[in-house]
Amino acid sequence: MPILEAKGLRVERAGAQLLDVPHLKVDEGEVLALIGPNGAGKSTLLVTLCHLFKYFSGAIVFKGKPVGDELPVGQYRKRISMVFQEPLLFNATVFENVAAGLRFRKLERQEIKRSVKENLERFGIGHLGDRSARTLSGGEAQRTSLARAFAVKPDMLFLDEPFSALDPPTRESLIEDLERILEDSGTTTIFATHDRIEALRLSDRIAVMNRGRILQIGAPDDVMNHPADEFVASFVGVETILKGKVAGKKMGIVTVSVSGREVAVIGDYAIGESLILCIRPENVTLSINPSETTSARNTFRGTIERIVPMGLFHKVELDCGFPLVSYITQDAVDALSLCEGSDVAASLKATAIHVVRK
Amino acid sequence: MDLILEGIKKAFLLLVTLDREVLDITLLSLKVSGLATLISVFIGVSIGTVIALNEFPGKRAVVSLVNTGMGLPPVVVGLFVTIFLWRNGPFGFLGILYTPLAIIIAQSIIATPIVMGITVAAMQQLPRKLRLQILALGATRLQMVWTLIKEARLSLLAAIMAGFGGVISEIGASIMVGGNIKGYSRVLTTATVMETSRGNFDVAIALSIILLLLAYFINLILTHVQQRERKQ
Repeated sequence: MPILEAKGLRVERAGAQLLDVPHLKVDEGEVLALIGPNGAGKSTLLVTLCHLFKYFSGAIVFKGKPVGDELPVGQYRKRISMVFQEPLLFNATVFENVAAGLRFRKLERQEIKRSVKENLERFGIGHLGDRSARTLSGGEAQRTSLARAFAVKPDMLFLDEPFSALDPPTRESLIEDLERILEDSGTTTIFATHDRIEALRLSDRIAVMNRGRILQIGAPDDVMNHPADEFVASFVGVETILKGKVAGKKMGIVTVSVSGREVAVIGDYAIGESLILCIRPENVTLSINPSETTSARNTFRGTIERIVPMGLFHKVELDCGFPLVSYITQDAVDALSLCEGSDVAASLKATAIHVVRK
Repeated sequence: MDLILEGIKKAFLLLVTLDREVLDITLLSLKVSGLATLISVFIGVSIGTVIALNEFPGKRAVVSLVNTGMGLPPVVVGLFVTIFLWRNGPFGFLGILYTPLAIIIAQSIIATPIVMGITVAAMQQLPRKLRLQILALGATRLQMVWTLIKEARLSLLAAIMAGFGGVISEIGASIMVGGNIKGYSRVLTTATVMETSRGNFDVAIALSIILLLLAYFINLILTHVQQRERKQ
């Protein structure tokens, strides 16, 4: 049974359709990323799902109970938590901020103290408890905001671009921590982002949104390798996304097993670690008989599935046991006499593969 | 020049020796204006919060009205309260005209729009998303409103001080509805006017110094609290 189900969600404001989601299902324990440009309706969807928006039509069903009907809105909100892009902290100490949700639930003093401490430690801000929230840096403030949301032990968590206001290093360390915390707690989460790498790292499923609609929803590699339409393709990017596990390593070269094939990448990863490999099509070169002298570490034989003219170049979609896309010029197509169904060798350098830890 | 110096000298003497009459007038002033402020905070903060947090047709007109009320001339309030409490007025049967209670009523009417206006502004200054955030943390509506009031506490403190400052120093209403009865409804401002018109500058100066000191201490407390909050 899904933990959350939305049916026929629509939000209209001043004649404009802000949200139109006929159906959305979230399973217990999964992390769903909403990805899309500004104004795509990600925030509206999150706020509506939290039942914080008065003006919507449709039904939200939480653990089989319709919210606002069988499950009163107030009780529903006590079982979820939301974090916004801005930390929205109260003008009080960090401790008091994290305690806020617990105080609303009228928990006992000792219980509050224990839970706040635990969550401050969890987000690495245990030393900030007595500080005024006004004096925190951006990263510390967002950590406090996240700790406040986690302190109430929500059944479900909604995060609205919680990292987008942070500078890259701060953001990186917070994402790392959140990744670990989400994994440990197994909290069902929906989070909005416009960063596809963030979505790749944290989520089990990705929903691409634009103009209030969900255009495509599915596993990250599925959505990114097989975008449903041009908008999704342009937004999730043109890279091929491969999921794999580290099979071996030698002198800075890591061998990743992807669908039974081995791909060499650069980096320092532990054996058994799950990785996501991002490959840009312009880095994949095609040949009929790869010469022995090529410096590319990776060569895969595959079948051409489709050749799509893209103006100045052609997009060649290959099946090498896993999907792979290459951009080549018209000259190359002619010289290699490529056509759909023909066999070809694809080469790419280990250094051309962007690796993301999963 | 002698007149002023002599006046100041006598005034300090009155203050240092804790002159009974001056002390009584001061205490009554504090009591009356303090109670009036308390009433205005109760009404002003609650109604101001309701106005600020709700969207309704004519909200702008209401807010404008409240803001206009912040500059309500005390004599006008005094006039209308007098009419209402007059022997054959609508509330004449209460028989409270020319009592400290009448001053409290008039001063509450003066301070309420001041407190309300600042409350509306303070609550509207809070980020709109803060309300959603509080609700998303599981707060009931009442808990949300209370949290917002706590968030706006510094501005609300200023509202209280402005309300108190407004009524402790007003004279029009006090003299009209209180009647400046010696030992009964005589407050700092009415006493100052009377003593001045009688040429008793020493007493008038003493009373003025007390008024100034009160104003100073109110601002001192306010500044102190605000600075402390900011420093953290």
